[in-house]
Amino acid sequence: MLGEKVTVADKTAAPAPFEPKIVAFCCNWCSYAGADGAGTARKQYPANVKIIRVPCSCRVNPLFILRAFQRGADGVILCGCHPGDCHYMTGNYYTRRRLTLLMSMLNFMGVATERLRVEWVSASEGARFAEIMTSFVEQITALGANVKLRDLRCKK
Amino acid sequence: MVDKVQEQVEALRRLAHTPLQDCIQCGRCSAGCPVAFKMDLLPHRVVWELAQGNLETLLKATAPWQCVSCFACQNRCPRGVSPAAVMEALRLTAIRQQGANKYDAAQLEHFDPELPQQALVAVFRKFNK
Amino acid sequence: MQKIGVFVCWCGSNIATTVDVAQVVAAVKTIPNVAFAADYKYMCSEGGQELIHKAVQDYQLDRIVVCSCSPRMHEATFRNCAEQVGINPYLVEIANIREQCSWIIKDRAQATAKAIQLAKAAIAKVRFNTPLTPGESKVVKRALVIGGGIAGIQAALDIAEAGYKVDIVERQPAIGGRMAQLDKTFPTLDCSACILTPKMMDAANHPNIKLYTYSEVEAVSGFVGNFEVKIRQKARSVDAKRCTGCGICTEKCPSRKTSSEFELGLKTRGAIYIPFSQALPKVPVIDREHCLKFQTGKCGICSKVCPAECIDYTQQDEIITEHYGAIVAATGFDLLPLDKFGEYGYQDSPDVITSLEFERLTNATGPTEGHLVCPSTGKEPKSVIIVSCVGSRDTSGRGKTYCSKICCMYNAKQAMYIREKYPQIDVTVFYIDVRTPGKAFDEFYRRAVEEFNVHYIKGQVGKVLKDARGGLTVFASDLLSDKHLMLHADMVILATAVKPAAGARKLATMLTASMDNDDFFTEAHPKLRPVESPTAGIFLAGMCQGPKDIPETVSQAGAAAVKVVGLLAKDKLRTNPCVAHCQENICSGCLACEKVCPYGAITAETKTVINLAGVKEQRTVAVVNQTLCQGCGACTVACPAAAMDLKGFSNQEILAEVDALC
Repeated sequence: MLGEKVTVADKTAAPAPFEPKIVAFCCNWCSYAGADGAGTARKQYPANVKIIRVPCSCRVNPLFILRAFQRGADGVILCGCHPGDCHYMTGNYYTRRRLTLLMSMLNFMGVATERLRVEWVSASEGARFAEIMTSFVEQITALGANVKLRDLRCKK
Repeated sequence: MVDKVQEQVEALRRLAHTPLQDCIQCGRCSAGCPVAFKMDLLPHRVVWELAQGNLETLLKATAPWQCVSCFACQNRCPRGVSPAAVMEALRLTAIRQQGANKYDAAQLEHFDPELPQQALVAVFRKFNK
Repeated sequence: MQKIGVFVCWCGSNIATTVDVAQVVAAVKTIPNVAFAADYKYMCSEGGQELIHKAVQDYQLDRIVVCSCSPRMHEATFRNCAEQVGINPYLVEIANIREQCSWIIKDRAQATAKAIQLAKAAIAKVRFNTPLTPGESKVVKRALVIGGGIAGIQAALDIAEAGYKVDIVERQPAIGGRMAQLDKTFPTLDCSACILTPKMMDAANHPNIKLYTYSEVEAVSGFVGNFEVKIRQKARSVDAKRCTGCGICTEKCPSRKTSSEFELGLKTRGAIYIPFSQALPKVPVIDREHCLKFQTGKCGICSKVCPAECIDYTQQDEIITEHYGAIVAATGFDLLPLDKFGEYGYQDSPDVITSLEFERLTNATGPTEGHLVCPSTGKEPKSVIIVSCVGSRDTSGRGKTYCSKICCMYNAKQAMYIREKYPQIDVTVFYIDVRTPGKAFDEFYRRAVEEFNVHYIKGQVGKVLKDARGGLTVFASDLLSDKHLMLHADMVILATAVKPAAGARKLATMLTASMDNDDFFTEAHPKLRPVESPTAGIFLAGMCQGPKDIPETVSQAGAAAVKVVGLLAKDKLRTNPCVAHCQENICSGCLACEKVCPYGAITAETKTVINLAGVKEQRTVAVVNQTLCQGCGACTVACPAAAMDLKGFSNQEILAEVDALC
C-alpha cells in the first residue's frame, strides 16, 4: 500500500513457512483471458500470484518489474500473446527484446534471473496458465526470499 | 481381504504406469493386435478390467502370455494408453512370485537350435524373473 | 478529497463460498479515501446497480471499485452504471476476485486474503484514474467476407439483403466451397448442389455483392469500422468480362495430366479448367504451372479456339486495396492428412478413401458419374467398411483431440446412399460412440440401422491390408461380443478428422484475431458472443471457428451477418480513449516512440512549448494521433523521459498497483 510502512521481519521470531510474493503482468488480449480461462475451468494455482492487467505485454516498463523487486516481490512473471499473435501486431516482440536486456541487468544487480520469467499464454490456454503459475511459484519457493533491493541507502 | 485386493490392483497400476482413465474403449488396440485371435482377454478388456480393479479376471487371463510386446496397441492408441504396458505389468506380477519362472536354463537344450539368440534372450527376459 | 466507493459482489455462491465478502468489506473500509463499502449478492443485477447509484448519491462518491468477476465480463456494465449517475466511466476499476481468486483457490482464508489484496490494488489504481472521453471514428459501410463456401455465401447474402455492400474473397476459381463437393446432405438426404447452386447464383448476381474469386487476402491494416485490406487477384489468364463460359478451351487443352483439386485427385483436368460444372463465376482459369504455353512457349490452342478471344497470357496478378467496416472470416476446413495413419492403408490402396472422396465417387457430376466403383478395379464393391473417428478424439499427438462432430451423421448418410442405390452391397460401420445430437439426427441414424440394415459394430478397425484377391483384409474388434474380427472388404471409407483450412493461421495473424491450439478461430465468449472474434470488427462463420454441420454453419453465418449489419448501421463508433499521449514539456523530440509505433500514430511536430524551466521555446515534440493509436503502450516504454504515457494504464496507475501488491 502507498504510505504503508515496510516492515522488516523480526529475525528472532520462529520462521513462518515461506510464502513468495509474486506479481504477474498479463496482457489483456491473451494472457489475462487465459487467466480468466483458468478460473472458468476451476484450475487451481497458488494464491501467491497477483495479476496486473496491461493492454499489451509491451506496456510493461522494465522499471515496473524493478519496482516490484524493490518493493519485495520474490518473483515477477510477464505473460503475453504467442509470438505472431499479438493483438497489436508486434508488441510481444518488443517485450521479448526488452526483457532479454532486463535479464542481464538483473544478473548484474545480483537478482537471480530465475525470478523473472516471460511466458506466452494464449486466451485458450487456461489450463496451461495454471500450470505455468504453479511451476513458477514452486520455482520461487525453492529459490527462497529475494535479496533486498530496497534499503541500501536508508538503512544504517 | 478387500484391502489386499485393492493393494494388488494399485501395485499393478503403478507397475503399468499408463493413464488407464484416458481410455475411451474404442477397441483399436484389440483390432490391430497380431495375436488377438489367440487371446482370452483382448487388450481393450485388459485395460478396462485394470481400470475397474477386477483383479481376479486379470490374474486368470492367459492373454499376457500371448502378447508378443510388439507395441502396435500403444502406437495406435488415440489416447496415449499402453495396453502393452498393462500386459507387461501382469507378466511381471506373475513371474515375481516365488517359483513362477516359466523357463529354467536347464530347459535350454529343448529349445529349437535354430532359434535366434535374440529370441532366446527375449524369452528369458519376458518369462523369467 | 477523493471519495471511493467499494462494492463487493458475491456472484451468488461463486465468490461468496470461498471469499468472506464481509471481511473484504471490513478491510477496505479502513483504507484512506474509501468513503463507502458494501457487499451484494449480484452486483451486475439491477439491484446491485441501484446500490451503486444510491451510494454515489448518499456519499458523494467520485470513484468506484467493484470487486467481482473479470473486467472482460462486466467492466462495460459497471462503467455504464457509473456514467448513469454522473461519474466518468473511466473512474471505475474492477478487482477480479472471481476468475483470479474464488475459482482458483479452495482455501477460504487464502482466498479472502487475496481478494483483499486485489481490492487494495484496484483502490490504489483508481486513485490515479483520470476522466477520459472516447473519441469517434467513422464506419465504412462495406463488409468483407473471407471464404466463399456456404458460410461465406450465406453471410454475404444476409448482409447484402440488409442493404450493405459486401465483397467475397475466395481463393479457389469458383465459390461453393466444400458443400459443392458433397453429394447429399443429412438429415434429409437432399442433394447438396440443388440447395447450394441457387444460393451461389444469388450471391453472384446480387447488386450488393462483389466476388473476388481466385483471390487471396494479402494484408490487413486499420481497425473496426475502417479496415484497409489488400486483395491479390491472381491472374486467371482469361478475361472474365468477355468470357462466355462456353468451355471449348477446357475441352481442347492438350495438357490433361493434372489432378483435379475439386475431384480430390480422383480425376484429371486440363491446364485451363473450370473446377466443376456448376461453378460460379463460370470462367476458366489457366494453371500456369501445368500449361504448355507457359512452360514451353509452344501451344496456345486455347487462345486459338476461344470464340470470344478472351485468353490473355500476359495477365498479371492485381492488387486491389479496399476499405471495410467489418470482416467475416469463413475460411472453412480441410481434412486431416493421413500420412501418420499408415495402418489404414490409405497410401497403399486406392480403395481406401476418405469420406470426402466418397462424396465425389457417388456424385452424379463426379469422376464416375455417380456409379459407386472401386477406384482400383472400376468394379462395384460387394462390401464396404466405414471407419469412424479416424484422427478425431486423439490425444496421442497423431490426430486431433476434438470430436469432428459431423462424421457420425455423414457415416449414416453415406451408408444409406449405398444401401439405397445398391441394396446388394454390405455396409458395416465401426464406431466408438455414435453421436447424433440435433433435430431429427438420431432418428436418421436409427433409420440407417433399422430400415437400411447397415451393420453398426461398436469397435474399431486396427489394420487394413491389401489381400491377394485384390480386395482388402480388415482387422477389427467387436467390443460388444468381445471378439477380434478379420473381414474382407472391397472398399474402406475413413471418416477423417476435420481441421481448419490451410492458411487460416496466416489470416488470423493478419486480422490479429486469436486462435486456439488447433488453429480454430477463438470466439469472444464461448456462450454469449459465439460469432465474434475478440478483435473488434472481426466476425466468424462456419468451420473456421470449430467443427459444425451445414445447418449450424448457416445459422452462424446469419448471426455473424446480423452483427456486421449492426456495426455498419452505425455512422460513428466510439473509440477507445485509453490511448497514448505525450507530455510535451518533457518530450525531447528524440522520436524513439515514433519508431516503435505499429500504427504510425506518432508524428513529429514543431511547437512552442514551455519547458521544465518555465521558458517558452520552439522545438520538435512527438504528437499522438488519437484515432490511429490503439493503446498498446509500446511507445511509453521506449520513451527515455517518460513523457509518453498511456491513458487508463498510466505509469502512476500501474506503479500504484505494483506497490499495493508487494
